[in-house]
Amino acid sequence: MDTILGLDLPTWWFLLIGALISGYGILDGFDLGAGALHLFFRKEQSRRIALNAIGPVWDGNEVWLVIGAGALFAAFPLVYGTLLSVFYLPFILLLLAIIFRAISIEFRSKEEMKWWRTLWDVCYCLSSSTIALLFGLILGNLIQGIPLDKDYQFVGRLRDFFNPYALLISVTVLSLFMLHGAMYLAMKTEDRLYAKMTILINQTSKFFILCFITASMATLIYVPHMAAIFHKYPVMFALPVSAVLIVLNMRRMIEKRRYLRGFISSAVTTALLLVLFASGLYPNLVLSNYDVRGNISIYEAASTDGSLRTMLLFAAIGMPLVLTYTVFVFWTFRGKVKLEDTSY
Amino acid sequence: MDHVEILSRIQFAFTIAFHYIYPPLSIGLGVCLVFMEGLYLKTKDKVYEELTRFWVRIFALIFGIGVATGIVMEFEFGTNWAVYSRYVGDIFGSALAAEGIFAFALESAFLGILIFGWNRVSPRVHFLSTVLVALGSMFSALWIVVANSWQQTPTGYRIEGEGLKARAVVTDFWEMVFNPSSIERYSHVLIGAFLAGSFLVLSVSAWYILKRKYVVHSQKAFTIALWVAAVSSLGQLFTGHKSAEVITKYQPAKLAAVEGHFETAPADMYLLGWVDAKKQTVTGLKIPGGLSFLVHQDFKKPIPGLNSFKPENRPGAINFVFQTYHLMVAIGMTLIGLCWLAIFLLYRKKLFQNRWLMGVFVGSVMLPQIANQVGWYTAEVGRQPWVVYGLLRTSDALSQAVKAEHVLISLILFTLVYVILFVLFIYLLNKKIQHGPDVAQENLESPPSKFNPSLI
Repeated sequence: MDTILGLDLPTWWFLLIGALISGYGILDGFDLGAGALHLFFRKEQSRRIALNAIGPVWDGNEVWLVIGAGALFAAFPLVYGTLLSVFYLPFILLLLAIIFRAISIEFRSKEEMKWWRTLWDVCYCLSSSTIALLFGLILGNLIQGIPLDKDYQFVGRLRDFFNPYALLISVTVLSLFMLHGAMYLAMKTEDRLYAKMTILINQTSKFFILCFITASMATLIYVPHMAAIFHKYPVMFALPVSAVLIVLNMRRMIEKRRYLRGFISSAVTTALLLVLFASGLYPNLVLSNYDVRGNISIYEAASTDGSLRTMLLFAAIGMPLVLTYTVFVFWTFRGKVKLEDTSY
Repeated sequence: MDHVEILSRIQFAFTIAFHYIYPPLSIGLGVCLVFMEGLYLKTKDKVYEELTRFWVRIFALIFGIGVATGIVMEFEFGTNWAVYSRYVGDIFGSALAAEGIFAFALESAFLGILIFGWNRVSPRVHFLSTVLVALGSMFSALWIVVANSWQQTPTGYRIEGEGLKARAVVTDFWEMVFNPSSIERYSHVLIGAFLAGSFLVLSVSAWYILKRKYVVHSQKAFTIALWVAAVSSLGQLFTGHKSAEVITKYQPAKLAAVEGHFETAPADMYLLGWVDAKKQTVTGLKIPGGLSFLVHQDFKKPIPGLNSFKPENRPGAINFVFQTYHLMVAIGMTLIGLCWLAIFLLYRKKLFQNRWLMGVFVGSVMLPQIANQVGWYTAEVGRQPWVVYGLLRTSDALSQAVKAEHVLISLILFTLVYVILFVLFIYLLNKKIQHGPDVAQENLESPPSKFNPSLI
């Protein structure tokens, strides 16, 4: 098998897709979180500012989902087909929520009527929260493993996905995104709205820390296979320790109102939690809780080395470009939001 | 056909047809925007800037819906067609991922600058963003059409494994990308998109001219869009012909279906007609030997008829494919006539006074839309019963984990949401058009008298 820098190609793609999903979580995470908080703003002016804070960037953030899904399709088609068809209705709901969210953002400012704006505000908040919750639900089930038989055929039922552990992870993801979004909004707002954000950050951070502790305990108790790696490689224990340290640091930055640093901390938290999940999975991509032969490993699911190599070349050329555009756009729209005639 | 198959096919057809209203408009409008803003930079004429700002607002609306409905398409491969995804992942997945990383990222990032960046970046950087968004949307189309063309004319692959584990793997990446129909089909799709976008500009501008609003702006916009449309209409004739040649060579069953050609013999070309697939007859107006002449430059040369293919390898809906194909061709010809008549009148300086023709242009926005739709119906329904031509049957490509009732639920939800979406789209598009461009006072004066329709 071909290797690059000592890692085989499926492993490279495992890492790359992990990076793309983390990038998506960090970027779309803050605008989804901002959406979930939207109804906490009462005044029309505040809602417009909150919406325009994400206005020029949310679409670019969603690109990471498109690229991540495309990469999973290209690199691990078996997993792509299996996951999306097993979680059929959750993914359909996710897609509908993505559509509703896009049209809420686009359509809200197009009419002056109060009922019109309230309708789209509610829709925006609900769809943003739904997306975060559904990602969390799917993640929660993937951590536990899904019932696949030895031929990777699904033998479970839809309602089993709504188990307490998955729901807990679902709420945890929402709370993390809300906190992440609140800190983003604090960086983009001033005066009274900023003051409001400081209160919201304080509350969402407590909410997140509560979820974080509960979810960590629940994982250790109910999903022991995720902790197995620590027995095998005790050095991996550094990961959860640094996650805890970063969450503590985030709390400290919030106390000091250093929101950029707080925002970076929540971004790193998002990435670290995904790294923890990935290190529990590797070398599998999907765990089966029904038959151990139903575990789908990266080697089983991977496309051919030739394709993986071509795509890796594309990624090596493409990802620096994507990062450059992202930085350029964020730089162009840096600073506090000012409402203009082209604003939402 | 079992329920999961028929429902999944309806759902895919519905969601892709709905999605396909928007990207062609964005691509075509992107080209018009590049000309408008380019002329503004060149001439410093404020009218062009106001036009650009106005059309960027409409572009944003269309693009937004295109993105939202496009993400659905990417995921649907996995949700409804898991076996297909596994079968083609090595190939189709690469093209789709390349689309995301090279094209979609580009357009989405710079779209923010295009819409919100007017006061944040210099006019040149703004223009650059417009160009990049337009290019990005064309790159998107490139990768998607490459992936689809590989399904039509697969090359550069080999098959590994058997049964549910079988899959196509790339043996030669560039042979896969430049498969025999890629270039022909991409150019045909792209030009179809130019027509869709430019006809939107033509329609709205013609409406303003009829209403005697924004006449200076509208005449300029109309002229730009007219040139884009006129050149495209001829290009479509050429690329359409090239596509027909590819079908002749690689998809003979589809070729036979589009003309309702059952027995192997010299084939006729119908101007219009009706196929009775049971009796294997076509009633209509025809040029005898026309199809043979078109593809082989010989009226007498025989073309394989549908009966020379095994029944299970023939497209099912012959009359449907026949009708969609002929509608596409008829519209294509109409567009050529319409555009070049307008160019002639423009040259004679009689165009904008011709209220009848302006009225035709207002309604004509539907024509490229319909042609794009029915063209794709021909291509995709004509490819049946295959999802990957000659390799994988549509009926074998479904998700095993999905139940019919789940697909029914999703189909109902998509239908409801898309109906709402479409109503809102039309409402807001109309509102933006009624509002019109924001025009500075000095640009409101009457146009030069020879162009002034109010004198007629």
